Amino acid sequence: MSAAHEPVQTFTPREFHRQAHDALGNPQIRANFRRAMDGLMAKRRDVFSDWDLEVLRELGANIRLRALAKLPDLLERLEANCQANGIQVHWAENGDEACRIIGEICERHGARAVIKGKSMVSEEMHLNAHLEAAGIEALESDLGEYLVQLNEQTPSHIIMPAIHLNTDEIAEIMHDKTGIERTRDVDTMTAAARAQLRERFMAADVGISGVNFAVAETGTLCLVENEGNGRMTTAVPPVHIAVTGIEKVVEHLRDVPPLYALLTRSATGQHVTTYFNMISSPRKPGEHDGPQEVHLVLVDSGRSNIYQDDELLDTLRCIRCGACMNHCPVYTRVGGHTYGTTYPGPIGSILMPHMMGLEATKDLPTASSLCGACGEVCPVKIPIPDLLVRLRREAVGEGRGNVRGAGVKRTKKEVAAWKGFQWLATHPAAWRSGAALAGKLQALMPSKLGPWTEYRTAPKPAKVSLHAMVKRHQAGKSDEDGGERS
Amino acid sequence: MSARDNILKRLRERADGPLAAPESDFAVVTGRGWDHAERLARFERWITSVHGEVIHTSRDDWTKVLAGVLDAKGIRRLALGREHPVAAEARAALAKDEVILLDADRDIETWRHEQFHDTDAGLTSTRGAIAETGSLWLWPTPDEPRLLSLVPPIHIAVLDADTVEDTFFDVVEAHGWAGGMPTNALLISGPSKTADIEQTLAYGVHGPRVLVVLLRHAEERP
Repeated sequence: MSAAHEPVQTFTPREFHRQAHDALGNPQIRANFRRAMDGLMAKRRDVFSDWDLEVLRELGANIRLRALAKLPDLLERLEANCQANGIQVHWAENGDEACRIIGEICERHGARAVIKGKSMVSEEMHLNAHLEAAGIEALESDLGEYLVQLNEQTPSHIIMPAIHLNTDEIAEIMHDKTGIERTRDVDTMTAAARAQLRERFMAADVGISGVNFAVAETGTLCLVENEGNGRMTTAVPPVHIAVTGIEKVVEHLRDVPPLYALLTRSATGQHVTTYFNMISSPRKPGEHDGPQEVHLVLVDSGRSNIYQDDELLDTLRCIRCGACMNHCPVYTRVGGHTYGTTYPGPIGSILMPHMMGLEATKDLPTASSLCGACGEVCPVKIPIPDLLVRLRREAVGEGRGNVRGAGVKRTKKEVAAWKGFQWLATHPAAWRSGAALAGKLQALMPSKLGPWTEYRTAPKPAKVSLHAMVKRHQAGKSDEDGGERS
Repeated sequence: MSARDNILKRLRERADGPLAAPESDFAVVTGRGWDHAERLARFERWITSVHGEVIHTSRDDWTKVLAGVLDAKGIRRLALGREHPVAAEARAALAKDEVILLDADRDIETWRHEQFHDTDAGLTSTRGAIAETGSLWLWPTPDEPRLLSLVPPIHIAVLDADTVEDTFFDVVEAHGWAGGMPTNALLISGPSKTADIEQTLAYGVHGPRVLVVLLRHAEERP
């Protein structure tokens, strides 16, 4: 019954429908996500209650837009200022190249053990697997990531990686994988993880973290966290490697406070996190701790392609708060693993098609009811529903063709069907006789209509169309009241 | 061409043309207009809401309060700096005490094990605090290094009441952070915590389990 005893499951976006079906039939997953998302939505609502949220969101969006408008200049400025501060900057076209760069830095230091702070970009490029293949152990230190790694899984949420597990399941994992006494007491389990990981921090050769905001003006890397593992990762080992997407740069230091205010409140409903850690250089002469070397790896991985298109560009404003998934009725029901991608939920559905191509991810933009909640809560006002529609159009070859795999869902049958419908709907006489004919042939209507009838009965055309009924009604009315109207 | 040149070239030769950069109005994150009492009240309310402990004291009496905290929490081995007046005053006041004072201004490589395993608490000064979020701000120095506020299970931070400001934005602007950032700048808002086990809050996951703020007022409070 516990997750710890189940075989390792692998998920892929190609199997979205099957995985969604499985998740919907799993009461444990349903309950874990429902409870967590309800709590997160309520906390977010409360923490913004005395803010002029619209004005703050407008500022957040505007700061991110400005950063994107100046992106190439800001990246060069970030690089120059980091280098002036003693931080070594590397560029990677894709995840493989970034893994190779990080692997080489580790090798140069003879590293055998790496400790990691939370980094979704490192998940995106499967860094842990790459390092392990090179004989380097990569251990996650964020408690949620640690638990997920112990259970041989991937994160199911970008902020709360182990949100799919409940206390009983975590108790089993801690007992099975780390040998502690079986306990449901959260403080005891947390203390055990603390003790286990402290030894690993001290022994680590390299610390690898992500970046929340990279400030071009000062060459500063900002990390947002509650646990202190981010500070440990970036201050205890002799080498710190920060890895981030090229879109994380902001222009000025004063751009950071509004984004930080939006991030913590949107993500977990906290007015602030325990730590805001701003790193501008390696250990300087005379200083007594901190890493001797700091590296920044800037990863593209499809981001510069998204950047080309005025509409798709908005995807890059994201500050990775996860509010869109917390408020998504689809995510809440199917959970994060169902999407089979590093970033799940609405942001994943508009981001992953660019990283993996639409062949693999064609179902993701349809994993939405277009209710609009994601767009309404997004702290930087990304029009996520519009972007989902755009990607649906791209998938059937009706967009601008700017996404890899555009047109993958286009079928001759569907194109012909819509062409036929378009012709009918713009030819009133044909429409009327068609509707009348459909009413007469009612009995021939098939009772199975693909996925539509999996959970619904097939619609039957009415004997008399609405159009005809209205006509008949109007004819009767004008006879009765003689056409006088007040 | 290098990856760097390729990426920058793609960004510069953007298919849909150059983008216009909007101006930003930061009014929403500044101009709170709180008075001294309101600032302190907000700071205390927020930091205690995340398990920070605040003890009010004065510039003259604070070391007595410190000794009381050490006693109450059973702290026998205290790590601290040497040069900062906070550290110097604490050293002078605790000299005759039974507490063992550990020098924080040593290369971490020479005392890592001691810091991780045999240090009960770290004492640091602070540069100031933020009322809106209940956050302390620290710029660690060679005298009070980065790990002093992170590794020991208890962090005691000394804060002067007149250094509390309204918002993070105000602090960044008023103190000219953009003009020169230190190796590491920190905001600390409470002891280390996690909610990764089914949304249940637990304190002291990797960093300190306890954060005590000794809030020093310029004069005795009436």
